[in-house]
Amino acid sequence: MRNVKIGAALVAVAATVALTLTGCAGGGGNDNIITTNGSEPQNPLVTTNTNETGGGLILDSIYAGLVYYDAKGAPVNDMAESITSTDNINWDIKIKSGWKFTNGEEVTADSYVNAWQYGALLDNAQLNSYYFDIIEGFSYDKSTPLTGLTVVSPTEFTVKLAAPQSDFPLRLGYSGFYPLPKAFFDDPKSFGENPIGNGPYMLAEKGAWKHNVDINLVKNPDYPGARKPLNGGLDIVFYATLEAAYADLQADNLDVLAGIPDSALKTYKQDLGDRAVQQGAAVFQSFTIPERLAHFSGDEGNLRRQAISMSINRPELIQAIFNGTRQPAKDFTSPVIAGWSPDIPGSDVLTFNAAKAKELWAQANKISPWSGSFQIAYNADGGHQGWVDAVTNQIKNTLGIDASGAPYPTFGEFRTAVTDKTIATAFRTGWQADYPALANFLEPIYQTGAGANDGQYSNADVDALFLKGNSAKSLDEANKFFQQAQEILFKELPAVPMWYGITDGGFSTKVSNVAFGWNGVPILYNVVKK
Amino acid sequence: MFGYILRRVLQAIPVFLGTTLLIYFMVFAMPGDPIVALFGDKGVNPAVADQLRHQYHLDQPFIVQYLIYIGGLFVGDFGTSFSGQPVANILAQTFPVTIRLAMLSLLFEMIVGIGIGLVSGLRKGKWFDNSALVMSLIFISLPIFVIAFVFQFFFAIKLGWARPTVSGAANWGELILPAIVLATVSIAYIIRLTRASVIDTADQDFVRTAYSKGLSRGRVVRVHILRNSLIPVVTFLAVDFGVLLVGATVTEGIFNVPGVGRTLYQAIIRGEGPTVVSFVTVMVLIYLVVNLLTDLLYAALDPRIRYGK
Amino acid sequence: MANKQTHFVAPENETPLMAVDSVTGDSQPSNLWLDAWRDMRRRPMFYISGALILLVIFVALFPGVFTAEPPNDKCYLSNSNAGPMWGHPLGFTRQGCDIFARIVYGTSTSLTVGILVTILTMGVGIVLGAIAGFYGKWIDAVLSRVGDIFFAIPYILAAVVVMSVFSHNRNVVVIALAIGIFAWPSTARVLRAEILRVKNSDFVMASTAIGVSRSRILWRHVLPNSIAPVIAITTMSLAGAIVAEATLSFLGVGLPSSFMSWGNDISQAQSDIRTNPMTLIWPSLALSITVLAFIMMGEVIREALDPKARASR
Repeated sequence: MRNVKIGAALVAVAATVALTLTGCAGGGGNDNIITTNGSEPQNPLVTTNTNETGGGLILDSIYAGLVYYDAKGAPVNDMAESITSTDNINWDIKIKSGWKFTNGEEVTADSYVNAWQYGALLDNAQLNSYYFDIIEGFSYDKSTPLTGLTVVSPTEFTVKLAAPQSDFPLRLGYSGFYPLPKAFFDDPKSFGENPIGNGPYMLAEKGAWKHNVDINLVKNPDYPGARKPLNGGLDIVFYATLEAAYADLQADNLDVLAGIPDSALKTYKQDLGDRAVQQGAAVFQSFTIPERLAHFSGDEGNLRRQAISMSINRPELIQAIFNGTRQPAKDFTSPVIAGWSPDIPGSDVLTFNAAKAKELWAQANKISPWSGSFQIAYNADGGHQGWVDAVTNQIKNTLGIDASGAPYPTFGEFRTAVTDKTIATAFRTGWQADYPALANFLEPIYQTGAGANDGQYSNADVDALFLKGNSAKSLDEANKFFQQAQEILFKELPAVPMWYGITDGGFSTKVSNVAFGWNGVPILYNVVKK
Repeated sequence: MFGYILRRVLQAIPVFLGTTLLIYFMVFAMPGDPIVALFGDKGVNPAVADQLRHQYHLDQPFIVQYLIYIGGLFVGDFGTSFSGQPVANILAQTFPVTIRLAMLSLLFEMIVGIGIGLVSGLRKGKWFDNSALVMSLIFISLPIFVIAFVFQFFFAIKLGWARPTVSGAANWGELILPAIVLATVSIAYIIRLTRASVIDTADQDFVRTAYSKGLSRGRVVRVHILRNSLIPVVTFLAVDFGVLLVGATVTEGIFNVPGVGRTLYQAIIRGEGPTVVSFVTVMVLIYLVVNLLTDLLYAALDPRIRYGK
Repeated sequence: MANKQTHFVAPENETPLMAVDSVTGDSQPSNLWLDAWRDMRRRPMFYISGALILLVIFVALFPGVFTAEPPNDKCYLSNSNAGPMWGHPLGFTRQGCDIFARIVYGTSTSLTVGILVTILTMGVGIVLGAIAGFYGKWIDAVLSRVGDIFFAIPYILAAVVVMSVFSHNRNVVVIALAIGIFAWPSTARVLRAEILRVKNSDFVMASTAIGVSRSRILWRHVLPNSIAPVIAITTMSLAGAIVAEATLSFLGVGLPSSFMSWGNDISQAQSDIRTNPMTLIWPSLALSITVLAFIMMGEVIREALDPKARASR
């Protein structure tokens, strides 16, 4: 419990009077600052406790990890000198020397190991703790240290994994793996308000994070890495709605906008001309029909899932609902990821085919006649109503069954029903990649007992292929196994793929050199103010 | 008079307890586990979730949670949000902004609403009255996001008269546009209310008396008709002030005003008990004061109304 | 109203002396509500607004008479945002549903929600507001503070809780309850204020003096004289309730999408505001016309209930 003076609340009322009189003006005078849209971080700004985009955007700007991802999603060494392994289990990591946190503290192997130990310890209740479950010593039951981490020297440490992971180096660019200075461990709470990093930017001052308003970052002059900012700093403005951010962009008050509001999807290219950006992003949208629903188990279930998938005309839906700003899904991953393939055998189940859909549905009815209504649950606070209604209308029109959307008012209520498996309908599922690897789109969702396996899917063959992929010598080889796993997924459709996300965005007349990364986030350090 | 005010202030105590209990119960009764939502679409780590539930006392029975919250209040602790921010700070940041917005909005409602309503009432059935009715109908049957959107597009983006969104400072000038948008819906009510009241008052004996005393029409309208018609209008304005404090969610969202409506909505959606209860509690206290002031104002507007016994 | 006669000092609302002084001893004791009813039937406005309201009710009861399109079963994305065509006079929504059919079929939901909420807020608001204002003292204190508590509850929170409790049988009555249960305090406060003013009038004192009971004074004399502002806001809040249903649907705590309503149509048209604003304007227009009919009717009732306005004619 924190001790807050009661005065603070009374100030709420008193300050009104004060502010009334001064009418105080804010804003910066520095012309070389790029403004961009973000959202209020939902957690304190701690690397191991930030799992959403609002905070992630800030952490990626103020921290430098072992690697970072370039625009295509390929890992590039940031602070790492080398990351090597001979067996995909024992990894040796050497880091560059001479890097400093912005408070002057040297970044050493300890900065990494201590941060990861902290994040993994269950007692610390960090939201990203599951990230460390591949490292030896991690436990979901007991608060135990990671025995697999050993500091060799200030510039070298080793990691022993619990099982082989061919894509381990690829994971290391995720914010959960950033280093933390000693100051964090002294007082994690106040650190979360004023984080100290080692990245291209740093907080402009203590209290630079103005809650629900913005956060001011300035260039870190001592950052020696490759992501050297071409501007003087960032002002990340927290918008409640994309509508507001888009209005600011149109008025040239906002330099870089990631995301276009629904109401402008049709017109933004006209509005912005060559200042409009449209680019693929590592986001995958689907809906899941769990096996435990009546009529959806075994062979009958597989037939029905395929029939439902084939009764959806994805390109038509995307054109009508999103004005073409999504990409119809061809697999279970994302085209921005290395190893993606549009023609995995079985992927024709994602193509609209009314006749085949009816036929499969009729076959399923022979096993057990259909009864009831088909519903897809979604959270109403996330803008999903449009596409869910369209999907259920298409299913209704093609299969002639009753189908509708089932809204849950809040994300919390929706996720509770999904994760405690009480939900009695199909439900929307989405995935935003943490790191650019096929495995990240598959293992957490379809592996038996995996964390995000909300449909409780289990297939020993799929699990075995995942294991082979992880032990493979190279990423290319690994991806072959992951593709084979997807062939099985297409037969059983543990999730019905809908589309890949696309980042739409734009920029003001005051900036140039704006590009978006593999994850749909603008590459802010490259933006240049005219 | 003083005794009356003192009694009203004392009444705030049961209201405070009643509101906090009721709201806390409602947040508690909201379905869904807020901790699960913290994990997003990713898997939930049960051990971490348990830790967090313990940290926010969500593993306690309802009444214990409530008592912990109330106990905290007595030592000046309003609790913390999931983002680790003391709720007291959030209150201190958002209420001034929203109170400014609400005050501006009320100002517009008063000037435009009472003005048009008065003229409508005095010229009942004439073209001015009818066009005022049509205008009010348009504003009342369009949802506020449409009005906000149209105003933002034309006045801010096309004409450039104002910033399309409000900056962090949220000073008076920037709040004018959202305040006008917020006022539009209530103006319709104020017009109808003022009009009805003016028509009613204009028929009263004392108005006839005033005319028969030879007073000028302007003076009769100002001193006798308007003043005596204001009681329902003032009441509605006071009610509306309360609505504006919490109900500006949509408008605050579109103009990006860092105010109460938006923050409270987020807190409700995320199931942050202490934040929701603290906001509503401050809001009730403000509301009690506003209601006391309006009750005192009645006496000023109509000398026949007296308090004190 | 009264003629303007320039040669009098008091120009307005002149009543002939005889009319004031004469007493018809053999007439029946006048009944306020009956008088009002007689008066209403003499006004053309009553028939116009009445006809409109009957039309809306008829549409609500028999939507099939007005359109052959079953509105929710034939939504094809190939028709998305298409303009008017034969058999589809108003064109299509983004989901490819017929706008006209949706409006026709949505009438019953919207009207029911609007009327139920209005009855609820008026009923509770008038009773509690009248009692609080007239009897004052501790009754006023208790009722007003209870009103304050109800008023302070954010309606989104209330709606989420109420609708979740009834998550498996959400219907128009439940949603009317969710909106209305927290909306009555404003009606109550406005009426209370007006009663505070009216209860000090001479005619109240006169009634008290001749021994009329307190409750009779309240319901027969004070209330009819205080009701004008309540009617003014009530007819408006009918529209407010219909729009509130839209907001709740938008937030996912409204009616399931199998219920068609104007509110639902309006909130879903939000994303088409730049490109196909007609999807938004048509349901809004239906809402406006309905509300206009009720406002006109409210006006007729208000004038009929007002003894002064009646006497002057």
